[in-house]
Amino acid sequence: MQYQNIFTQVQVRGPVEAGIPLPRGDDERVGTPFYNWLAGWFGNAQIGPVYLGFLGTASLISGTIWFVIVGFNMLASVGWDPVQFIRQLFWLALEPPPAKYGLSIVPPLNEGGWYIISSVFLLAAVLLWWARIYVRARALGLGTHVFWAFGAAIWLFLVLGLFRPILMGNWAEAVPYGIFPHLDWTAAFSIRYGNLYYNPFHCLSIVFLYGSVLLFAMHGATILAVTRYGGERELEQITDRGTASERAALFWRWTMGFNATMESVHRWAWWFAVLTPITGGIGILLTGTVVDNWYLWGMKHGIVAPLPDLWPTVVDPAIGS
Amino acid sequence: MKLWIPFAAAAGVFVGAAIIFGADWDLPPVDTDQIGYRGSGMYHTLDREDQAALKLANVAPEPPYEADPEGDRAKDVYENVQVLGDLSDDQFTQFMASITEWVAPVQGCAYCHNEENLASDEVYTKVVARRMIQMTQHVNEDWQAHVAQTGVTCYTCHQGQPVPANVWARNLVPGEKGTGLGWSGGQNIVNKAAGNTSLPSNALESYLLEDKPIRVHSLTALPNGENPNTTKETESTWALMMHMSESLGVNCMTCHNSRAFNDWDQSPPQRVTAWHGIRMARDINQSFMTGLAPVFPDNRKGPEGDVLKVGCATCHNGVQKPLYGVSMLQDYVDSLGSKTNTDVPDFTTYKPGETTTMSPAKTTSLEPAIGAGEGATALASAD
Repeated sequence: MQYQNIFTQVQVRGPVEAGIPLPRGDDERVGTPFYNWLAGWFGNAQIGPVYLGFLGTASLISGTIWFVIVGFNMLASVGWDPVQFIRQLFWLALEPPPAKYGLSIVPPLNEGGWYIISSVFLLAAVLLWWARIYVRARALGLGTHVFWAFGAAIWLFLVLGLFRPILMGNWAEAVPYGIFPHLDWTAAFSIRYGNLYYNPFHCLSIVFLYGSVLLFAMHGATILAVTRYGGERELEQITDRGTASERAALFWRWTMGFNATMESVHRWAWWFAVLTPITGGIGILLTGTVVDNWYLWGMKHGIVAPLPDLWPTVVDPAIGS
Repeated sequence: MKLWIPFAAAAGVFVGAAIIFGADWDLPPVDTDQIGYRGSGMYHTLDREDQAALKLANVAPEPPYEADPEGDRAKDVYENVQVLGDLSDDQFTQFMASITEWVAPVQGCAYCHNEENLASDEVYTKVVARRMIQMTQHVNEDWQAHVAQTGVTCYTCHQGQPVPANVWARNLVPGEKGTGLGWSGGQNIVNKAAGNTSLPSNALESYLLEDKPIRVHSLTALPNGENPNTTKETESTWALMMHMSESLGVNCMTCHNSRAFNDWDQSPPQRVTAWHGIRMARDINQSFMTGLAPVFPDNRKGPEGDVLKVGCATCHNGVQKPLYGVSMLQDYVDSLGSKTNTDVPDFTTYKPGETTTMSPAKTTSLEPAIGAGEGATALASAD
């Protein structure tokens, strides 16, 4: 029964790890490392130290400025009432400027100006963090896969908040910073442009999103199922296939005729993950710029299922009135 | 003792309880009726508990007694009967009994009348009531595209209350009042008129008072530069649609095939009725409610000082057909079925407690008339 598990079973405790010595020019790591039992349920039980450095520090400062600007605008939007701020927190947002100000970077401060200012800080925070991921990966002698994967997400973020508003000619097209408001924006965006369901890049993005979920579930389940044979050492088994890897491979070959390898399954997962925001971003970028009504576009290209006319008497009452 | 554990547990319990008990879920069972073609997902969803409560809350009362349409006319029997003068004495008395039950059952006759002099217009509610009777006649005669033969009476909206339960007034979100920061584009706050969403708070004013265009879709697949609408206009339209949906207890599919919201060819006929309903509500607010602004006291106005206005919920009260389609009008055809006197007095001349007769001078029926003796000042104050 020891290996019949879905939760993390082992928490290694010992002297905390400080990490490798850093080359000259790098900053010191911050924080005294400690163990946390709860963290050990989800990952490594050791918390810290953290490498902040210039990029990390600048990113956190920028991100905090964005967060505070958004937060204070939310608080002001309920008349500085702390109770309403908490009660309605999920409804509140910092809204982009109205369309009449076009691409002006200096709309009135209290009519989208704060949105532009905060967006500059958010952009800086995200790009600095992106650079930090690259620098830290190289410093540890890693490949830059995480950097590129994060870049894929940043692509979608930039399409939504920068590239598409510029192509459309106004910042009103950007997404509000708020919990429900950004969800309302998403649904209204689909409605305005005739149903994103018929946008083929939206279809692709969903394929990769659900595909990522499926691959993650298949791979996670496979590795957990072979831990009793040492399957959790999957990286060694890329080059040195043990019985865990053999059995996992046979399981999939016998059930569906084809199996990934310990190497390829990770490439599959990486590509599915990065293609989700890449294709999604293309779909968003085309919406309103190249295609104005995806339903009608779908009609034109034969991807809309025809329905019988159940209500032939219904006519637009605005016609002729 | 690690203090964070009880704190985290308490927070978790609190958030969990808020999600479970604060979200107004509909408990099963829920009845679903298919209303569209198979596979189109067009279902009407009705929660049984909600329906049971609505059925109890929306019952049309019977008339107090059957009135004799023969006999002397009310205008010959009583003074200052401007709109219902062609009813028989018996019908008029019966109507007064009914309207008391419909609008002011607790307050009684004195809610509108000086009981020493029933003919006097000195109580403001009497002036409002007369205008509302004109409005009801107008709706029943001119808006049959929406109310059909079923029609409406005072009770459709009032349901035994002096102010109908579901009315609206201009709602400036607090953020619009600040100067330095906190602007939220007239949205992003709990919008009770639109199903508690964060959608634009001023949507009812845009569409049911002003006539901001509701349609946001492009009618061509590719952009041709003719459609300036953004997601913001779409959110406004959506807020109106949420208002309609919540007011009638229906979902989007009652009027739309959601795969192409704008396409009339795929829409059920209810959408045509609703289209007329939007225009009817706008007409009522423009032609009847806002004009009464000088008559209403401040405590009968909204927080921004505008009159209370009608929306879809004012009549529908959560039901697709108000009062479940029972036609109360059938018993009041002579009083409310068609327009009688459409004259509009100049309400700016009204002085509560002083004006005994609020009627237009007999010039033309639609222009605000000028009260004798104070004509020049009244006209100036009207501007």
